[in-house]
Amino acid sequence: MAEDNKKLKVIVFQINDEEYTVPVDLVGSIERMMPITRVPGTKSFVKGVLNLRGVVTPVIDLRERFGIEEVNDTDATRIITVQIHEINVGLIVDAANDVLDLEEESIEPPPEVVGTVEAEYIQGVSKREQRLFILLNLEKVLAKDDVHELNELYV
Amino acid sequence: METNQYLEVFIDESKEHLQSINDQLLRLEKNPQDLSIVNEIFRSAHTLKGMSATMGYQDLSNLTHKMENVLDAVRNEKVKVDEGILDVVFDSVDDLEAMVIDISEGGSGERNVERVVELLRTIENGGGEAALVSESAASRKAESTPVLSVDEYTKAALEQSSELGKNNYQIKVELREDCLLKAARVYMVFEILEQAGDVIKSSPSVEALENEEFETSFHVLLVTEDSSEDIEEQIKKVSEIESVHVDLYQVSEERKEESNPLQKEMAPQEKPLQKEEKDGKQVGNKTIRINIDRLDALMNLFEELVIDRGRLEQISDDLKHTELRETVERMTRISGDLQSIILNMRMVPVEQVFNRFPRMVRQLSKDLNKKIDLSVVGAETELDRTVIDEIGDPLVHLIRNAIDHGIEGPEEREAKGKPATGKLELKAYHSGNHVFIEITDDGGGIARDKVVQKAVNNRVVTDEQAASMTDSQVYDLIMESGFSTADTISDVSGRGVGLDVVKSTIESLGGNISVDSIPDEGSVFSIQLPLTLSIISVMLVEVQKEKYAVPLSSIIETAIVKKEEIMHAHNKKVIDFRGKVVPLVFLKDVLSVPEELEEEDYYSVVIVRKGEKMAALVVNSFIGQQEVVLKSLGDYLSGAFAISGATILGDGQVALILDSNALIK
Repeated sequence: MAEDNKKLKVIVFQINDEEYTVPVDLVGSIERMMPITRVPGTKSFVKGVLNLRGVVTPVIDLRERFGIEEVNDTDATRIITVQIHEINVGLIVDAANDVLDLEEESIEPPPEVVGTVEAEYIQGVSKREQRLFILLNLEKVLAKDDVHELNELYV
Repeated sequence: METNQYLEVFIDESKEHLQSINDQLLRLEKNPQDLSIVNEIFRSAHTLKGMSATMGYQDLSNLTHKMENVLDAVRNEKVKVDEGILDVVFDSVDDLEAMVIDISEGGSGERNVERVVELLRTIENGGGEAALVSESAASRKAESTPVLSVDEYTKAALEQSSELGKNNYQIKVELREDCLLKAARVYMVFEILEQAGDVIKSSPSVEALENEEFETSFHVLLVTEDSSEDIEEQIKKVSEIESVHVDLYQVSEERKEESNPLQKEMAPQEKPLQKEEKDGKQVGNKTIRINIDRLDALMNLFEELVIDRGRLEQISDDLKHTELRETVERMTRISGDLQSIILNMRMVPVEQVFNRFPRMVRQLSKDLNKKIDLSVVGAETELDRTVIDEIGDPLVHLIRNAIDHGIEGPEEREAKGKPATGKLELKAYHSGNHVFIEITDDGGGIARDKVVQKAVNNRVVTDEQAASMTDSQVYDLIMESGFSTADTISDVSGRGVGLDVVKSTIESLGGNISVDSIPDEGSVFSIQLPLTLSIISVMLVEVQKEKYAVPLSSIIETAIVKKEEIMHAHNKKVIDFRGKVVPLVFLKDVLSVPEELEEEDYYSVVIVRKGEKMAALVVNSFIGQQEVVLKSLGDYLSGAFAISGATILGDGQVALILDSNALIK
């Protein structure tokens, strides 16, 4: 019977005490923190680029992207690399701790207010055993339009 | 059917043959009397026909066949070459090209070519009955060495065998028209014949048969003890055979030929090898075809190696271990050699791009009623494949531009006292680490007034700005976005995409473009391109605590200036560099680098240039010169200000590569 319900395999990660998910097939890898090179002229949530096994990969801080106050990196801090529409980006999260099968039926549209994150970044929510999982809308999170701060020459 | 593996080869070779037909047709146009050129064309067309029939592309093969008939008529001097004929042949080549492209994109290669076929037929008929009659004979004529003539030696052998009571048979095997793997069928037939007796000779030669250089039928001379019925029966067992005729061979009837003892060695003991099919004239060229992907993979691996090499160098420097350092130095040298070889392998002559232009110019000059003489210089100049792939469209644009706007019509030219035929020169040459491509026309040049007026109208510049601009600055305006010089919008250019697209394409390749022009004498568009895109030499510098790489190609020199030497002009800090006033660009401000170091009494500057203009980039220290692998920042960050890419340093960290062009205004 359970087979009738389509399952969505997701990676679960934490920011503050909230649990977010991204579909596992969009995730390339989960990395520990490593040195990041700052890229000038970008918004502050763009932390820079790092060398991911020979590939230069941009990294953004999801906390800052969502407007949540910054914290120092801990041992649990992880970089989740995701790929969507040829765009390859690493997401800095507080911790990445689980892989889950969410039943698609259990996914509900986002309520007006979910935690602290603006609703446009949220695709839906799923409740399970007293836990609330927030499905991220990666396309919105990774929208290119607001990456660059200045494009003007000011010499 | 397992034709897929041949498809790539087929497409490549078809393109080559079509290109050579195109080239030869252009030559023929200039020397209509030279029938040897017609022969060349015929040969290419013939091979193309054979190949396409083999691959089962009937439309392609039919059209080539029709074209071949016309060529045959020309060759036999039944039809005279004139412009009308050439136009039709060019048209049919266009159709053929379209078909091949369709096939390469996974299509069936079908196309409605009735009109061209009709035209071809008219020419052919107009050229005399004979050409018509030889519908199929025409092609056969190409290889119609007298069917199975034998030399003295073979003849003796044949006579001897009949004395021994063996039978000499002449066997004609006809394959089905739709037979896909002709070489394979030939091989099977030969295997049967080999078992039955000795194959003395075949027509076409065994080699030609293996290469499928024949229509559908071939002849074999066989000496055997078996009866003709047996042989016929056995051959018929091979599939895709249309018919088999076995006749007794009469030795005495044959003409005598000069002896050729090699003939025997051509018997098909050897397996049908995958021969490199090349034009006869290119025999001896020791080349192989390699899939581009493999070269790219090799390049990628090598890039990894370069990064590790940088790391090793750093480690050996830190450790100061003599043996380690020597080994690393050796390795560095070897990998340097390896690098130049790999880069060389990826180099292709610009000819690949240039060779489509003569045809295009011909067509354009016809469309626009202009007379144009195109000369191509330095087509053998080599460029990295990635650059070649990108450079085609900008060049097309520039050439169209030169013909449409540059070169005047014949009357206008004569009125100006210039020859009616305009000159267009396409020139490529090496210089240092760059390749230059110049497009020169002797047309009307660029009218400064017009450009200024338009630029002002389109709000690219203001009146005041325009007045103070030099000629070359004005000419550069035509490549600004939002500018199009076309007075009237024609079919050829002025379709909304202007020279700004050309400019940005070339700049994205790490090159640049400049214009020079003299009114009524013509203009020159000069493109400068890097030899390669993937590995570049850079100067590593530190700005505060961050590392940046400045491409060596844009650096003039490095210097250290005292603070007292800094002057002020227009509220800007400048220095006097070898008699020139050069503005200082403080990288830490431009790149908003967090300040961590204390100011010092002097500045370290890197002097960079963009064309005539210069700037002095203020850094904190120079690290040194290094070869690095250019990597993209990724789609997400593309378009970052003043950053052209990134590279991975020896310690595994990413350093950004500065785009000094963006820092100079």
